[in-house]
Amino acid sequence: MRYRVSAFTLAALAAALVAAFSVGGAGAGHQAVSGKVSMIGIWTATEQQSIQAVIAGFHKKFPGVTVSYTSAGNDTPTVLKTRLAGGKPPDVAAVGQPSLVREFAQKGQLKPLTFAQGVVRANYGPNGIALGSVKGKLYGLFFKAANKSTVWYNVKAFKDAGVQPPKTWPQLLAAAKTIRGSGLPAYAIAGAEGWTLTDLFENIYLRTAGPVKYDQLTDHKIKWTDPSVKKALTLMAQVTGDTQNIPGGTSGALQTGFPQSVDQVLSKSPKAAMVIEGDFVPGVATTKGLKPMVDYNMFPFPSINGSAPAVVTGGDTVVMFKDSPAARAFITYLASPAASTIWAKRGGFTSPNKKVPLSAYSDALTRRSAAALVAAKISRFDLSDLEPAAFGATTGQGEWKILQDFLKDKNVNGTASALESSAAKAFK
Amino acid sequence: MTEATVRAEPPAEELGAPPEAWFGLRRYAVTAAFLAPAFILLGVWVVYPAVYTIIRSFYGQAGGDFVGIDNYKALFTTPAITTAIKNNAIWVAVVPATITAIGLVFAVLIEKISWSLAFKTAVFMPMAISLFAAGVIWRIMDRQEPGIGAVNAVIGSVHDAIRPPGALSDALTSTPNETGSPSQGIVLKTPLQPGKSVALVGLTGIPPEQVPAGSVQAVTPPAKAGSITGVVWRDFKPGGGVPGKVEQGEVGLPNVTVFLRDASGKKVGTATTEANGTFAFTDLDQGTYRAGIDPATFKKPFGGVSWLGSKLITPSIMIAYIWVWAGFSMVVIAAGLSAIPRDTLEAARTDGASEWQVFRRVTVPLLAPVLTVVFITMVINVLKVFDIVLSVAPESSQAEANVIALAMWRTAFPQSDFGLGSAIAVFLFILVIPVLLLNIRRFRREA
Repeated sequence: MRYRVSAFTLAALAAALVAAFSVGGAGAGHQAVSGKVSMIGIWTATEQQSIQAVIAGFHKKFPGVTVSYTSAGNDTPTVLKTRLAGGKPPDVAAVGQPSLVREFAQKGQLKPLTFAQGVVRANYGPNGIALGSVKGKLYGLFFKAANKSTVWYNVKAFKDAGVQPPKTWPQLLAAAKTIRGSGLPAYAIAGAEGWTLTDLFENIYLRTAGPVKYDQLTDHKIKWTDPSVKKALTLMAQVTGDTQNIPGGTSGALQTGFPQSVDQVLSKSPKAAMVIEGDFVPGVATTKGLKPMVDYNMFPFPSINGSAPAVVTGGDTVVMFKDSPAARAFITYLASPAASTIWAKRGGFTSPNKKVPLSAYSDALTRRSAAALVAAKISRFDLSDLEPAAFGATTGQGEWKILQDFLKDKNVNGTASALESSAAKAFK
Repeated sequence: MTEATVRAEPPAEELGAPPEAWFGLRRYAVTAAFLAPAFILLGVWVVYPAVYTIIRSFYGQAGGDFVGIDNYKALFTTPAITTAIKNNAIWVAVVPATITAIGLVFAVLIEKISWSLAFKTAVFMPMAISLFAAGVIWRIMDRQEPGIGAVNAVIGSVHDAIRPPGALSDALTSTPNETGSPSQGIVLKTPLQPGKSVALVGLTGIPPEQVPAGSVQAVTPPAKAGSITGVVWRDFKPGGGVPGKVEQGEVGLPNVTVFLRDASGKKVGTATTEANGTFAFTDLDQGTYRAGIDPATFKKPFGGVSWLGSKLITPSIMIAYIWVWAGFSMVVIAAGLSAIPRDTLEAARTDGASEWQVFRRVTVPLLAPVLTVVFITMVINVLKVFDIVLSVAPESSQAEANVIALAMWRTAFPQSDFGLGSAIAVFLFILVIPVLLLNIRRFRREA
């Protein structure tokens, strides 16, 4: 699940524009393209301003093309489906769920991005390309990524307890125990929002079961009652079931929303020492004036049983509904490092584009999480976002609800079979 | 409309009767012209969507496949929806009657007080807030942490006044040698012998700000003949330290009451710790003893009732809903009450009826039509209840709080299953119809 709030300090717009100019290759032929491109996307607020800056960068190179962006926020799937049903889809759209790309492509509603294949191959890794491909054909450009394998902690809380950022799972549990000994609960858990629990599960599962099983579980080729799922749940309960180590215990966690869980950690007087969520965490904090590295810091999700560096990603994909030279030019531009650099400099953005220099990121922590994302040997997209919504993304049912119940009852077998029966229904 | 046309007729006749047929046509055209805007609006926004919803409910998720009554079967087999139906039944059973009763009581009582206007205004005020906003207010008031939720803050202040929390409410045991739990009191497993053993009671989990003022570096006291000595200390230093060992940088916990039991379990004495955490029981006979700390020391402050948890969520939402609608009910009933002939009440009183009898046998029967209006309006509202459920219940308990309208929205939008969503909408519509018919029949009778 995405959490769309801008992250990190915003870099100056001027710097972004300079970057746009500095990119070469704007040949004279580009100016010949003209027309209008309509775009609907999930990016709102600060993110909307950032995509507008990217569009402005595009406009510099293609003065003849006007791109109009409309934000549909979290309602993007509904808006796109109604527009498609009414026969008036936008030219281009940015969606948060790869499953939606698959659905649209299978219904023949998308135009393939074969024209951009060269650029995409050159700039993106195989994982990014695979995410946008349906049956071997490129339909989506994985434009904006989120690194969901990060843990954010309060520097002072770690210092008071005398613990170091853990590198392995046992170190994490030991650190948590020591932090509790110092008098502060270790984990802030946003149990009121089921998607945070699915993210935790996915991180554990990717490390314990490995990418092959992760993919099989995603497609429901193995059952949720598989021993690998139960093993991951057992480890998960070591964190979510550690009721003395959660502010308000597990019942308190179930009433804690994601922004509150962030505030419990990123605060001058913390209520908990760490929050396990993606690189968008600092953007959510309401306490102003906290300094990265000094007041809060980040470490990658710990390795389990010697697992290789792995990243669970989230992110948004750009697709094309109507083919036109203008739309092609725009998508090709988005696939270039220039476009991503503009947004990277503004902050709150991690690019899966390998050609985006790490120096483009505005602060050290973003740079670190972006580097981890690009360098990860194993990288998989958020599993719940790949599932049918009834199972992977609906409040009060499916994965979200079942993992919330698991937070309370810690019943591994019961949870595995509840997940299986819910998944079986959704995949029917 | 019919009424208006009837009134328009006499002047038309005075103008000198036009031919019957032409007149009929003109009258028809005028009527149609007046009705057209309403018809078009109703057609586009009510009739067409309603008919399309019914048609759509027989198609599958994607829309192209006719599935017959499968969606209606799914209504009663999908757990989320059956919970919703069950909850709606509870809502209908509890809420309209409660709102009507509260309204009636308020309406009758405010007749007797001089500041009735102020009272009426206060009770009616929630009606001025949107239902969603009212839900948000209650969501905050119902929060579990007494520091945030007003309801638990009230309960908590009473609770903590009667049973004050202990000085070390967050403490945990530091070694497996300490048994029991903070809630039952901590007892050392190893039996102690006077002159031989030293009782080490290490505690962790105490935030620095909870360490009692005046505490100093803890020390392990030496064993003393005829006595049992020991220390209670904060067994933590940055990095954790060695559990069960008094180390440099770990402070004693003063003013902790330690008790001593003999082999038979009889309490033989209590001692209070010094600034460095040490305590001593002197003049003891030979034998084995056990030392421990009273549970009162660890007594947690009131943790709050989980109003928004999965068990209490529906009652919590109902309370919020009743809070909003009681004002409406009171005002309508009060209006009805003022229309009751006073002489009937007086006659009853003269005949020696008690106030309760007057209320039961005279006021309520006379008010029956008004009470019915309130009750039926509330039944319809409650069947369609939606926004307050969404705003009071946190996501983690929305499954338990689910109602039909919410299930419809969730099925149709986040999941894009318009077929099943339409079926739920039609089902809800069917539930409302009998109540509507009842209401229409009553209107007719009154007219």
